Amino acid sequence: MTATTSIIGAPVDRIDGAEKVRGAALYAAEHPVDQPVHAFPLQAEITRGRITGIDPAEAMSEPGVIAVLTHENAPELASAQDAELAILQSPEIAFHGQLIGAVLAESVEAARRAAQLVHVGYEQQAHDVDLHPARPDLVKPELVNGGFRTDTAEGDVDAALASAAVVVDEVYTTPQEHNNPLEPHATIASWTDGDLTLYDSTQGVHWVRESIAAVFGLDQQRIHVVCPHVGGGFGAKGVPHAHVVLAAMAARLVAPRPVKLVLTRQQMFTIVGYRTGTLQRLRLGSDAAGRLTAISHDAVSQTSRIKEFVEQTAVPTRTMYAAPNRRTTHRVAELDVPVPSWMRAPGECPGMFGLEVAVDEMAIACGLDPVEFRIRNEPDTDPSTGRPFSSRNLVACLREGAQRFGWAQRDPAPRSGRDGRWLVGTGVASSTYPVFSMPGTRATIRARPDGRYRVLIGAADLGTGAWTALTQIAADALGVEMSEIQLSIGDTDLPYASGAGGSTGITCWGSAIVDAARRLRAQLPNGEPIPDEGIEVTGTLPDNPYAGQMAMHSFGAQFAEVRVHADTGEVRVPRMLGIFAAGRMVNAKTARSQLLGGMTMGLSMALHEHSVVDPRYGHVVNHDFAGYHIATNADIGEIEVDWIDEHDPYVNPMGTKGIGELGIVGTAAAIANAAHHATGIRVRDLPITLDRFLT
Amino acid sequence: MRPFRYQHAPDIGSAVSALAEAPEAAYLAGGTNLVDLMKLEVAVPDLLVDVRELTSDRIEAHPDFVRIGAAVTNSALAADPVIRRRFPMLSQAVLSGASGQLRNLATTGGNLLQRTRCPYFQDLNTPCNKREPGTGCSAREGFQRDHAILGASEACIATHPSDMAVALAALDAVVNTEGPRGPRAIPLVDLHRLPGDEPERDTVLEHGELITSVDVPQLDFATNSRYRKARDRASFAFALVSVAAAVDTADGVVRDVRLALGGVAHKPWRATDAEAALRGAEASVEEFRRAADAELAGARPLPGNEFKIPLARNMIVGVLSELSGVPR
Amino acid sequence: MDTEITLVVDGVEHSLVVDTRTTVLDALRERLGITSPKKGCDQGQCGACTLLLGDRRVNSCLMLAVAYDGANLRTADGLADADMHPLQRAFIEHDAFQCGYCTPGQVVSAVGMMQEMREGEPSAVTADAAELSDEVRERMSGNLCRCGAYANMIPAIVEVAQR
Repeated sequence: MTATTSIIGAPVDRIDGAEKVRGAALYAAEHPVDQPVHAFPLQAEITRGRITGIDPAEAMSEPGVIAVLTHENAPELASAQDAELAILQSPEIAFHGQLIGAVLAESVEAARRAAQLVHVGYEQQAHDVDLHPARPDLVKPELVNGGFRTDTAEGDVDAALASAAVVVDEVYTTPQEHNNPLEPHATIASWTDGDLTLYDSTQGVHWVRESIAAVFGLDQQRIHVVCPHVGGGFGAKGVPHAHVVLAAMAARLVAPRPVKLVLTRQQMFTIVGYRTGTLQRLRLGSDAAGRLTAISHDAVSQTSRIKEFVEQTAVPTRTMYAAPNRRTTHRVAELDVPVPSWMRAPGECPGMFGLEVAVDEMAIACGLDPVEFRIRNEPDTDPSTGRPFSSRNLVACLREGAQRFGWAQRDPAPRSGRDGRWLVGTGVASSTYPVFSMPGTRATIRARPDGRYRVLIGAADLGTGAWTALTQIAADALGVEMSEIQLSIGDTDLPYASGAGGSTGITCWGSAIVDAARRLRAQLPNGEPIPDEGIEVTGTLPDNPYAGQMAMHSFGAQFAEVRVHADTGEVRVPRMLGIFAAGRMVNAKTARSQLLGGMTMGLSMALHEHSVVDPRYGHVVNHDFAGYHIATNADIGEIEVDWIDEHDPYVNPMGTKGIGELGIVGTAAAIANAAHHATGIRVRDLPITLDRFLT
Repeated sequence: MRPFRYQHAPDIGSAVSALAEAPEAAYLAGGTNLVDLMKLEVAVPDLLVDVRELTSDRIEAHPDFVRIGAAVTNSALAADPVIRRRFPMLSQAVLSGASGQLRNLATTGGNLLQRTRCPYFQDLNTPCNKREPGTGCSAREGFQRDHAILGASEACIATHPSDMAVALAALDAVVNTEGPRGPRAIPLVDLHRLPGDEPERDTVLEHGELITSVDVPQLDFATNSRYRKARDRASFAFALVSVAAAVDTADGVVRDVRLALGGVAHKPWRATDAEAALRGAEASVEEFRRAADAELAGARPLPGNEFKIPLARNMIVGVLSELSGVPR
Repeated sequence: MDTEITLVVDGVEHSLVVDTRTTVLDALRERLGITSPKKGCDQGQCGACTLLLGDRRVNSCLMLAVAYDGANLRTADGLADADMHPLQRAFIEHDAFQCGYCTPGQVVSAVGMMQEMREGEPSAVTADAAELSDEVRERMSGNLCRCGAYANMIPAIVEVAQR
């Protein structure tokens, strides 16, 4: 076996492409099962209180209805530790739309109809869903998502601000947003002799198994989770949500028949997590030369009273720019709302909107070009830890991007660009995302004497291209053609893999495959042929000796051209450019798509996305695709994506950093900054809708 | 969806009688709005009478009017060469609504009868006077972005979602129907109602009254017409405000004009006050603005939709300027 | 209320019993096991269920199956007799999808859309669009993609439309 490197980095077509363009790739609800029972969830119609009675009689008399599952007949769960998952254990209601049962029927139509015929009595209590920064009851959490410290403080921010030549002190907000993968969450559950099989749309089959085993008090080996393809997740399928428990409970009622549960689009606005709204106060101080002397970022978000999730909004501010005085804080309002969770780049995505717009405002206040201002405030080491960066190429991204975007020709004056009735402006913002690692992944390689290799790992492909990239990594590590590799993923019968989250997939899974290949070579030290009986080796994700010694992050620079119509305020983004520095790219084609997809979702966030909560009812009013707008094809202009050739030997042996989330970080700020350049109007609250520009 | 019977009727008369005998029955044409509302149980018919093959799917051009069969699909209407030549704004209005695949199913009759997209109307868990009379209007104190600024009532602030109907309102179209009491012709501007205290009634149609065709009278200067729509996405979204206009100018003076607004009221809003102010006025930005202000003087916005007043004003000025060749 | 109907899907005739409430999409996915068309919203708001009815693209989630007895339907799985439709190849080459869930609907919609363009049917931007890519953007806006592959779909579709 001779190592080749040409496979890594090559723009290889997706190996699952032919299946996907025909619609032949199987998603969770599509796995053929015999005689499935269809489940339709029942949801609380009040926001806080308790159920006083449930009358399923009318529903049961509907033709085709098999059973009505409620807290009155649900199995007792072994663990109620995760209150999001511990459904149907009591009559208590903690948020509007909480799962309170399901109707099981022979057809989708009958189940959905009968759900309207289950009569539920409630005792209502006053509820509170109002996320407001002046709340006296904001809580300081122990840690924030990702295990980061809640607050940090260096130097004396207040004194530095008091003596700063220029100060920016503004509040920025991002609204509640929903992941909305195109494939609705779906689970097919069946019990056979006490063993549970789940076809589930998930970013991590082993994570589902761990959670569900704990909830039902089962040995993990008795749960089999299958998921070869995921129709998008963006964090919403990172951990199992309550509907998976509901499907498994329902399947127990009708065992051994399988139960199929597919959420409606509306239900996805309650049950599967969301990005909390954030309120961010940014205070920046600078000297007369445009060097930051103080950075303060205070973030407020919401969580559900039943389970804490705290968006790590201010965390990127700890790393981005140099300043001797710095303060970051997180506070959270515990409300009668559904449980928030991960949505693409939790923390970085909303937090970098606040920081990068504030930096734009500061650059302008200092009379400096916003690209130059960022370069001027580049730190030598990680400001929060003092550790050296394993690699940091933000400045290279800014310079390369500025050159390619034609930034030098820009007239910095707001409202200086015009094309007919359109006001035209350009803006820039930085991107960043940490290099995480998740423990425990193993990969098995089975080598056969015919030169073919099976690579087994419980990884997930939710559109990231993992099917293809992992095959490339295995081929490269084994020194063979991709066609010699047969990869299996998405099944708990395969070796344990951490889930697709935190942009760790390729890094963790790939490292385990590389380790397995190394072990295989060690068994054949002199290039001996593979014995007739074959060889099986299992590799693990090695510990990183540099962890804790170096700061490991990806960076990028995003540029946007924005047009705002002088009459209507309509906002268009005809052109974007993203230049990233994220270590080694495994597949130039799918990597570009990942970054492009992130920027596209960032544009959608900038212009459209807003889950509108009605405080009287506590639910999201615009809970469908007609009300909750995501970008359409017509909203997207030309988007150019490229990266700096970055070699980082410290992050892992492959030199990869993860790219699933980096692309969405900073996009909204670049667009907001460009909109300001176009119009002179500073929008600090997303989304940037036409009414902001009307006069 | 509640269980229902489905049947074809051999002719229009039988279809009308079938509905006359069944108070909860409904006609099914393209189904793009009805089937959705049935899934949500906002619409709960016990019988669907399929009328797709009963009414005409042809567009007949006559010298003094064009007759559009009720079964003409939105895409066929928008693509029709006569419509595009004689009434460009009608084609543009249809094309600005929905998506390519929806326009292939949706019909002319159905488009006029689609129901409001007010999210509270579509949600059985929130009060709504239109869906359930007497329960209250959730939007009035709630989410109001898409809601009416003109002609609304205490009971309802919903808007009519059709783009096509706005162009037809400007064009003085007439809706032909067959009903239990025989045929009648209803001016399009009178087809849809303002909500008043009966918001559950969208139109003046009786139960069982079937739209069979729409006549668009010839209007020579409609060749100089335009439909402009502003919305929260570049495509595939309902109007925040839309403007349908046709203008006839000579020697810098407005000789005649047709103007209607969408997204602002419970019905397509024919801007008669603005039209009156414009006829005989100088074709200038100032006069266009004055006319717009005259129309919008009666607007009663709520905090969530105040922006529609400057938006509508600017759009009226913009479209009229464009059609009159007035530089900005 | 059960009714027996016939649907011709990708050239194959299927007889099946449906509830009057059953949509064409659910008839295919739940009754016939034909899962190429996807359910993304079930309300005509995402386009994942797009099929060709004859040669017209339609949202199958809003079509009651009883009303389409005898209909001739085509899914992404039946666009080409053998191998792949050129558009499907272009989608793979340009990486015009990621998770693949909206993809069959995108592909079918693009095939229907190209036919509409060939027949001279206008779009909302026909009067203003300088570029074919802008035409395609507008015409493809009934198919949502959450992975954000639009910018790759455009060159894929334009390339095939120009052939």
